Amino acid sequence: MPETVFARPQALADVSTHYCPGCTHGVIHRLVAEVIDELGVRERTVGIAPVGCAVLAYNYFNTDFQEAAHGRAPAVATGVKKARPDLIVFAYQGDGDLASIGMAEIVHCANRGEKVTVVFVNNAIYGMTGGQMAPTTMPGQVATTCQLGRDVDQSGHPIRVSEMISTLRTPSFVARATVHNPLVAVHAKEMLRRAFRYQVDGTCFSLVEILSTCPTNWGIPPVESMSWLEKNMLPYYPVGIFKTPDGGSREPRPMTE
Amino acid sequence: MTKKLMKGSEAIGEAAVQAGCKLFFGYPITPQNEIPEYMSMRLPQVGGTFVQAESEVAASNMIYGAAGAGERVMTSSSSPGVSLMAEAMSYLAGSELPAVVVNIVRAGPGLGGILPSQGDYFQATRALGHGDFRVMVLAPWSIQEAADLVQDAFDLADYYRNPVLVLGDGLIGQMMEPVEFSEGREPIKALDTKSWATTGCDGSRPPNVVNSLFLDPEELERHNLKLKAKFDAMAEVEVRYEAYDIDDDYDVLIVAYGTVARVCSTAMEELKEEGISAALIRPITLFPFPFAAVRDAAMKASSVLVVELSTGQMIEDVQLALARSRPIHFHNRLGGMLVSPDEVVAKVKSMLDGSSEEVRHA
Repeated sequence: MPETVFARPQALADVSTHYCPGCTHGVIHRLVAEVIDELGVRERTVGIAPVGCAVLAYNYFNTDFQEAAHGRAPAVATGVKKARPDLIVFAYQGDGDLASIGMAEIVHCANRGEKVTVVFVNNAIYGMTGGQMAPTTMPGQVATTCQLGRDVDQSGHPIRVSEMISTLRTPSFVARATVHNPLVAVHAKEMLRRAFRYQVDGTCFSLVEILSTCPTNWGIPPVESMSWLEKNMLPYYPVGIFKTPDGGSREPRPMTE
Repeated sequence: MTKKLMKGSEAIGEAAVQAGCKLFFGYPITPQNEIPEYMSMRLPQVGGTFVQAESEVAASNMIYGAAGAGERVMTSSSSPGVSLMAEAMSYLAGSELPAVVVNIVRAGPGLGGILPSQGDYFQATRALGHGDFRVMVLAPWSIQEAADLVQDAFDLADYYRNPVLVLGDGLIGQMMEPVEFSEGREPIKALDTKSWATTGCDGSRPPNVVNSLFLDPEELERHNLKLKAKFDAMAEVEVRYEAYDIDDDYDVLIVAYGTVARVCSTAMEELKEEGISAALIRPITLFPFPFAAVRDAAMKASSVLVVELSTGQMIEDVQLALARSRPIHFHNRLGGMLVSPDEVVAKVKSMLDGSSEEVRHA
């Protein structure tokens, strides 16, 4: 009998996505789906889709889903989890959604210690709306609303969400990962696994920030986008675990090689 | 159950619990803080959950999540807070989720004041959020009616899969009156199980998706028409009002809702003592508005008086109902000031002696 060595995760729908070439949303979707499968929780998982490029995530996961208003996914996730604590609830949000319009919702969801998991995809730009500056846009990075590059005197410095959330006293799991090559993607999956595991065990709120690319709006070809991320984003957004529920943390490390 | 003296806010909270409300998400704002306070104490007693959200924006989106998960859920607020809930109201309607929202209206615009007002009539009946939707608006005039309407609101929300708004004012929120909750209350609508809710796809069904995004315009048009059919059905079968003294002969028909209608009924008694008869139509549903009842009652009158705690909002629905067939007069107070029975009596007399001017422009 031939042995299946590679298959689509059951939690991932058998459809094509609308994501652009070189965008890592697809990779991150797959990692989340693999973790859901491996934990055996697909049939009691509810995802919360954001507004942004992942707005259609409900078409790509083979689980129940709710589509939230812009930035409100952590509030919607709170509502679902409070209504049915036995469900595994994850919000999937981009950086405009989570770090700008939804900053209040994510901070208070984390601070209440809601037993939900947030997958925070940070590609340093607004993708769906066409490449506007995000709170995470790098200094000097060109976007359609900062065409001479982000001016930190005018717009401030990019917000480091994981660092900020990890300052909260409430126990949680907060980590940052990246998926710009297969090696680091394995680490990202491990962070996601831990995050979902903490929820399955009813331990704490968890947030995994995953650095992502946007070749279309960065104006950089897909392969070069991976190295642009590594060169420009990784030093500022170091990968690692920022907070664990037992109060410990591991010093984040830059992943420039 | 025996009658119990209750504050309006507490009666509203207890009514929700009696109706099976399991979750309440809210944010403090005067004059309705007693509702979340009551729910924070009461819901845990019945296995429910109370969350004080970080804002009305968050509270109303928590409502969305919990309603989508299939539980009975409520929030309450006052005018500026309801403005912040506009986003979620639209998403609830678009995603066809049931929820009960209580607005204890305060005077506006802006931060305004905390005293009673009816200045949110337009917001409630026309513009609770962006996009093409309506919600049923229930306006009690007593604490007992507030308790009854809150319970009905849960059934109506579930039946139509649409938010229902209960519109009161500071008097309804703060006043104490005897309230009775009937035992073994049956739902007022035949309700299906919530097979659409996101409860986890346990293999017995494909995934459920709660969503208001339709990128295909043909699909969205079909969705809009489906919603429109629900709003039409509400207008067809859910109109509620009470008529007072419309079987008598009268010159003046008064149209007023909520606590203002109660002031008008006192005025009618004073008028009656002076041999002047007036009738009253009190809309209980502001959407759907009782157009036919107002029109029919007005046909017996020589003129119509609208009384509101606003610069003139419900009067537009009365104008629609009458289609210029009767002169309309208007009396109001603003900013948290109340209409007195004496003012209504004086206004009716001035209409009868010709010294009151009819409204030309609402």
